[in-house]
Amino acid sequence: MSDDIYREIILDHYRNPRNKGKIDNADVVIHDSNPLCGDQIDIYLKVVEGQIKDIKFDGKGCAISQASASMLTEMVMDKPLTTAKDISKDEVLENIGLTNLGPARIKCALLSLKVLKMGMVKYYSDKEPTTAEKMEKDSNLF
Amino acid sequence: MQSSELETNKIRNDFPILTRKINGKPFVYLDNASTTQKPLSVINKIVNYYSFYNSNIHRAVYDIAEEATHAYELTRQKVCKFINANSPQEIIFTRNATEAINLVSYSWGRKNIQKGDLIILSEQEHHSNIVPWQILAKEKNAKIKYLKIDETGNLNLNELEAYLNSNNNNIKLISLCHMSNALGNIIPIDKIINMAHAYGIPVFVDGAQSVPHLTTDVNSLDCEFLAFSAHKMLGPTGVGILYGKKNILEEMDPFICGGDMIKEVHKEKTLFNDLPYKFEAGTPNIADVIGFSSALDYLNEIGMDNIRNHEIELTKYALEKMSELKQIKVYGDVNLQNRGGIISFNLGDIHPHDLATILNEDCIAIRSGHHCAQVLMEKLEVSATSRVSFYIYNTKEEINIFINALGKAIKLFQL
Repeated sequence: MSDDIYREIILDHYRNPRNKGKIDNADVVIHDSNPLCGDQIDIYLKVVEGQIKDIKFDGKGCAISQASASMLTEMVMDKPLTTAKDISKDEVLENIGLTNLGPARIKCALLSLKVLKMGMVKYYSDKEPTTAEKMEKDSNLF
Repeated sequence: MQSSELETNKIRNDFPILTRKINGKPFVYLDNASTTQKPLSVINKIVNYYSFYNSNIHRAVYDIAEEATHAYELTRQKVCKFINANSPQEIIFTRNATEAINLVSYSWGRKNIQKGDLIILSEQEHHSNIVPWQILAKEKNAKIKYLKIDETGNLNLNELEAYLNSNNNNIKLISLCHMSNALGNIIPIDKIINMAHAYGIPVFVDGAQSVPHLTTDVNSLDCEFLAFSAHKMLGPTGVGILYGKKNILEEMDPFICGGDMIKEVHKEKTLFNDLPYKFEAGTPNIADVIGFSSALDYLNEIGMDNIRNHEIELTKYALEKMSELKQIKVYGDVNLQNRGGIISFNLGDIHPHDLATILNEDCIAIRSGHHCAQVLMEKLEVSATSRVSFYIYNTKEEINIFINALGKAIKLFQL
């Protein structure tokens, strides 16, 4: 099974992460960590007219958490920010091709999604608090 | 093949879980610093209690309640003997070592720590020996100093002596782990206690990792407090032990309050029970305390010196095999006398969680993460390590399986 988990695509995104780094003057910067593993993810968002114009992540941790973050940035680049609330856990797991993770490792895979959703809520809570509340409710933060 | 004088083949037969095969592979359990497996005698002892004399203790007069009370108190006597305490009154059952530390930080700490006082810890403490003191220090406006460790994980006793010398009036407690759960390093606790006592300062020993693996004698150590957990020494989960010197425990106020810890309760006042019951409110974990007595019997039968020697031999073998892998970095002291059967390491830049997942494919259980020692991880400048830890039933064959699996990981990650 580890051959299944550590497939080429995961190792590729781990070794050569896409959209990794910081954005100067980002509209939102949000951080969270996985207390069990110590995985850390920061997400930087540049938002123009509700669209994610740029997204970068920074962080450290296991191959699954970092590759998953890398793939998530590709998934939402140039999409409306509100897309974040609609992305389901299963969608992310399918996107990275890891649908058989156990309860411990699944947190690694979903950390970046959680941070993205938190970032979306934070972005709106500064501008439209009522929208932010609704989004927090709709986004199934876990 | 025996890996030492311990009859590991015979020992392994006593542990049902070690007969398990997962996907056709034998279960290799190398996470003993986290919790150990339980021999059948411990499991049977618990089943026997629930089957034949389940009842609450210290209250009822009927026969089986007497039986249960007797069995519960017998464990206390065995613990007293195991660590060579003066009296069973000095043995308090808690949920785990963590609760034992919290009990002291709450009851002793709130009474004895004042504004500006200093508590001394080290950089390699488990979170359970940091956070309770941090909360206390915050509440009291007291301070915490962390003794530094060097690159091998050893404390510098000169630094401690300097603190003792200059802050004589302010240091109120030294609380240190005897064996690091993350590095396996054993500190010279007897020397440290002598140094502290020269200045009249009490010492709390976190023995969660040391008591299961080393002979412990609180009488000769002369520490004020010692905490450890049953589940790390073949016993059930949910049982911790706090040892405290009787005169100190007597001065302390209760921690958790309720039934069994009282002598008399009136509308306006309560008289507390004698030691150790003053600190054991409510119905305790009767079954698991009783089960723990079989674990102590098991360890006594093997002998703590033999256990130590077995672990030194396994650690030596594992360190030799691991050092043959050029991609590996091992943390902690290389001197086997200064460490227990715990090895923390990193393999190239493979994240420990990935490595643990890969090893799990070969049915090898290791721990990966920060080991509840994030202060230490910061010091080592890593976010996590992988950790193997041994006990009486581990063998050199298991270490070979582990080393082979490391080879597979190296190949998979193309290190």
